[in-house]
Amino acid sequence: MAGASMKDIKLRIKSVESTKQITKAMELVASSKLRRARERVEQSRPYFTVLHEALSEISASNLELSSPYLRQGASPRICYVVIAGDRGLAGGYNANLFRELEEQSQGQDICVLPIGKKAVEYVQRRGIPVLSEDYTLAGGMQMSDCFRVAQLLAKRFRERSFGQVRMVYTNFVSMLTQQPGVLDLLPLNAKRPEKGGKARNLTLYEPDCESVYNAIVPEYLAGLVYGALCESVASELGARRTAMDAASKNAEEMIENLSLHYNRARQAAITQEITEIVAGAEA
Amino acid sequence: MSTFHLQIVTPERSVFDGQAQRVLCRTIAGDVCILPRHCDYITALGMGEARVTFEDSTVRPAACIGGLLTVRDGQVRLVATTFEWVDELDEQRVEASRQQAQQILDDAKSDAAEVELASARLKRALVRSSVLKRHR
Repeated sequence: MAGASMKDIKLRIKSVESTKQITKAMELVASSKLRRARERVEQSRPYFTVLHEALSEISASNLELSSPYLRQGASPRICYVVIAGDRGLAGGYNANLFRELEEQSQGQDICVLPIGKKAVEYVQRRGIPVLSEDYTLAGGMQMSDCFRVAQLLAKRFRERSFGQVRMVYTNFVSMLTQQPGVLDLLPLNAKRPEKGGKARNLTLYEPDCESVYNAIVPEYLAGLVYGALCESVASELGARRTAMDAASKNAEEMIENLSLHYNRARQAAITQEITEIVAGAEA
Repeated sequence: MSTFHLQIVTPERSVFDGQAQRVLCRTIAGDVCILPRHCDYITALGMGEARVTFEDSTVRPAACIGGLLTVRDGQVRLVATTFEWVDELDEQRVEASRQQAQQILDDAKSDAAEVELASARLKRALVRSSVLKRHR
């Protein structure tokens, strides 16, 4: 019946409208959080460039440097740090990341340190051995949490629980593109000095370059994890913003279609009424 | 008095960027003091007090934990995990943190991971409170 269908369509329009309001709000929240996430990345950058410079300088100027962090472990097991999101509704953000992990880890003996609720759920579902489940909130991770992660990784690496540490995270390329990527954390691939190259630089290390090197490595790792985390959080927000933007546009389109149907149904109802009245008058 | 360029950064922010007369801090091998025209130098920082003497000879102490100190071509960079000026420290919060950590350590039921965390926390709180006590 025309009348009933008119009511149905009206209800439908209302529900689509409220969905649109929600997606619109989520989009706005994501954009404002995204700005803050990017600022965080900017602020922490000088700290890590200095640490990185110091590390590469030490490894480049010392032929006899030997550190447990430079040697590939004997164990074939590889530890993956997986940084995913805490929530869904972010387009393909989480799915793309897990696909990357699967591609990378094919046929390897792996264990995982998940960061973010979705990552924890994923490894539990797949039955992959887990290093620690303490980090279920990627969005709420502070610098101190990253230090704990780094210390845990460095310790287990020295104990030879695994021979390699890699990190899977999402690169924030632009507002519209986010790309999952892999980074090798340990062993550090240091540039070795060339024999007979330029003269050694005259830097004084105290107490000696090896202990300085080993003391800095965990902090450097923490820095890498923190940087990747900031990138991932920004990516998640970017992906969510795009997804929600698309959802709002779809909702708008649906409302437009539905209003067209609604108007047609209304017109049909009026026409029918007139026909009935005319028929009644003639009789 | 001659000065040098000093930059203090932490992961959260850039704490200081300007001229200084000297900087004293605790490294993993003991206290060091950097004066102008120091040779190129790299060391890792321990936990302890740092003291910066600015251009106008005012001294500002701070609690400085972890990181790296580098001198390169007369430029000094102090890259710390945490660096808090003494006037920014909150005495009550430090004391509360110390007591909480102590409680976890005293509790026989705490597991190894908790004890490790708590002892690190206690160390940080003790560094901060000792800096506070000395300069108040």
